[in-house]
Amino acid sequence: MISLKRTSGGVRVDDKKDLSAGSPIEPAGIPGELVLFLSQHTGAPSKPVVKVQDLVKRGQLLAEPQGAISAALHAPTSGKVKAIEPRYHPIQGRLVDAIVLEPDGKNEVFEGVVPRARDLDSISGEEIIAFVREIGLVGLGGAAFPTAVKLTPPADKPIDTYLLNGAECEPYLTSDYRLMLEEAEVVIFGFRALLKAARVARGIVCIEDNKPEAISAMQRAMSPFPELDLAVLPSRYPRGGEKQLIEAVLGREVPPAGLPLDVGVIVSNVGTAFTLGKAIRTGLPLVERVISVTGEGVTRPSNFLALIGTPVSYLIEKAGGFSGTPGKVIMGGPMMGISVKSLDVPVLKGTSGIVVLKKEQVKKDKMLPCIRCGRCVDACPLRLLPVWMAAYAERGLLEEAERARVLDCCECGACAYECPAKRPLVQWIRMAKSEILAKRRAQNHARK
Amino acid sequence: MLQATLALGLAGLVFGGLLALAAQKFRVQVDPKVTEVLSVLPGANCGGCGYPGCSGLASAIAEGKAPVNACVVGGNPVAERIAGIMGVAASAVEPMVAVVYCQGSDSLAEKSAEYDGVDDCRALDQIGGTKSCPYGCLGLGTCVRACKFGAMYMSKDGLPVVIKEKCTGCGACARVCPRHVIDMVPKSKEVHILCRSYDRGPVVRKYCKVGCIACQACVRACPLKCISMDRGTLAKIDYSVCDNCGICATKCPVKTIVDEKKVASAAS
Repeated sequence: MISLKRTSGGVRVDDKKDLSAGSPIEPAGIPGELVLFLSQHTGAPSKPVVKVQDLVKRGQLLAEPQGAISAALHAPTSGKVKAIEPRYHPIQGRLVDAIVLEPDGKNEVFEGVVPRARDLDSISGEEIIAFVREIGLVGLGGAAFPTAVKLTPPADKPIDTYLLNGAECEPYLTSDYRLMLEEAEVVIFGFRALLKAARVARGIVCIEDNKPEAISAMQRAMSPFPELDLAVLPSRYPRGGEKQLIEAVLGREVPPAGLPLDVGVIVSNVGTAFTLGKAIRTGLPLVERVISVTGEGVTRPSNFLALIGTPVSYLIEKAGGFSGTPGKVIMGGPMMGISVKSLDVPVLKGTSGIVVLKKEQVKKDKMLPCIRCGRCVDACPLRLLPVWMAAYAERGLLEEAERARVLDCCECGACAYECPAKRPLVQWIRMAKSEILAKRRAQNHARK
Repeated sequence: MLQATLALGLAGLVFGGLLALAAQKFRVQVDPKVTEVLSVLPGANCGGCGYPGCSGLASAIAEGKAPVNACVVGGNPVAERIAGIMGVAASAVEPMVAVVYCQGSDSLAEKSAEYDGVDDCRALDQIGGTKSCPYGCLGLGTCVRACKFGAMYMSKDGLPVVIKEKCTGCGACARVCPRHVIDMVPKSKEVHILCRSYDRGPVVRKYCKVGCIACQACVRACPLKCISMDRGTLAKIDYSVCDNCGICATKCPVKTIVDEKKVASAAS
């Protein structure tokens, strides 16, 4: 077991995982309509290879990647392409082109979906990387960064350690927990495939100490493999953030605006490893994922294996519907997730959970003036100064905000969680970030 | 007492002299035209010209980088005076005015969510707004706060209103609006199609009582054929042709098209 390094920042949160931790993963079924955004992932949107009215089967390619950082998109079930039109994207908050699929209910599997390899000796590292690209695999922890790009770091950045992120520090969510508990063997198989593809000798499985059953299940599954190690982290939000995880496990600090590969590390989520492990054995691309539908506002908190593009309303229905009056429906966890304004929106490749809060839980606190107590500064895991970043952003002082490093903020929300004056610090910071980036784009455009 | 007065007075004289010398020696050469142009500009520092404040524009004009009629706020009188200073002829600029292309007020457009957060449209836009319409005004009044001339206010029904007489056409509101529902339009134009939703008719009808349903009645009615369907789902007027006849406004079944002449006569 790995001994941990000192880290800064973070907050203690009530994890509320008991709600859905006991519910085994169950298939959610096939809804009446699937909406598959062409930009499910970080990077350039994918390009459709099907036309309206085309008949497609489960696992068939719908859209191919475009550019260096992009990911393929496949049909989650068999059916007809009903439309390719802009739909409201719940995370980007705007209309984005999407392929709308009308399932025929037969769930026929595409002929090209065939097992790739039984074990890792019969598939080379290059083949795994090509396969990862082919199945449209992205990081399932939330940011949905294309995995194939992670696996091919530039030659001048040698990688020595691969971290498997099973921290799941967001409250409420239990999808990674259930995967580690039920599918530990497949997760480890997928993790070893990632190690082989990235030519990394050492892999560390990282889990928070509030999941003892998952720890023992994973320990059993990884015991035959000496290259794998385990790190048990004391639970503290946001320990599962990529940069925080690296700091806690390896004592290395990712430089500002840098990536884990700058310190010789790659991090992948357990869901990503599971999908790859299963895909190598069955050939099925990334068309479904485990999603926790939980919170006090649903009748039967559950963990579903849901098709990508399933409407939120369908999953809530499957979880027994609302219990009481719903106050907020959040896509993702309560700390970093985004509350949706319509239940018709579909889940994405990066959606790890849907949290429903009751009306009485959603407090509308009056925002008070900042009293310069500095709690946000203590809470920030990146050692930034949220108080100043937000103050500049509030006043529209973009240059000052940029100098205060708002672009380095990972939007974990620890500062706003701690703020006794209930100031929406992260929202201001996000606003400043998007304004600064929009300004940069305009300047680059003008230069061209 | 006397000693101190003399000593301080002497020191003052010496330092004053030094300062005077320094002012002569290190004087910054300012093009007199910059000062002259600056004195003619309105001095609101609105940024409507695209330069950082009036002094930024003044130096750009003096260097010949900006046209003499670059100040949208000052309009033709200022342009003519600057043209006099610069010794060139000014071409007339058409005065512009801001138009809000959305009538989806709280009572006419469907709301699908409540919002509790940063009181700024740019923040609300990141999470999709509170109205069902993904194109319309967000209603938090960021444009009103951006207006330096007091030419805008929020109506009781949650929409920004432009006071046409006060609007200088600087365009600050249009630049700050994240949904781009404000456009700068020639002041003489009086008929506007106040909707920005590209959704199809039945979809618009579901969430807004005054949104364009793409029925194309206006396209057929226009005697000058200056209305066309943008992307097939939103009617737009070609202002370079439109002569304010207002026939389209009478034909519009959902009152998306507004004729300011009618509104003015109805009010009085």
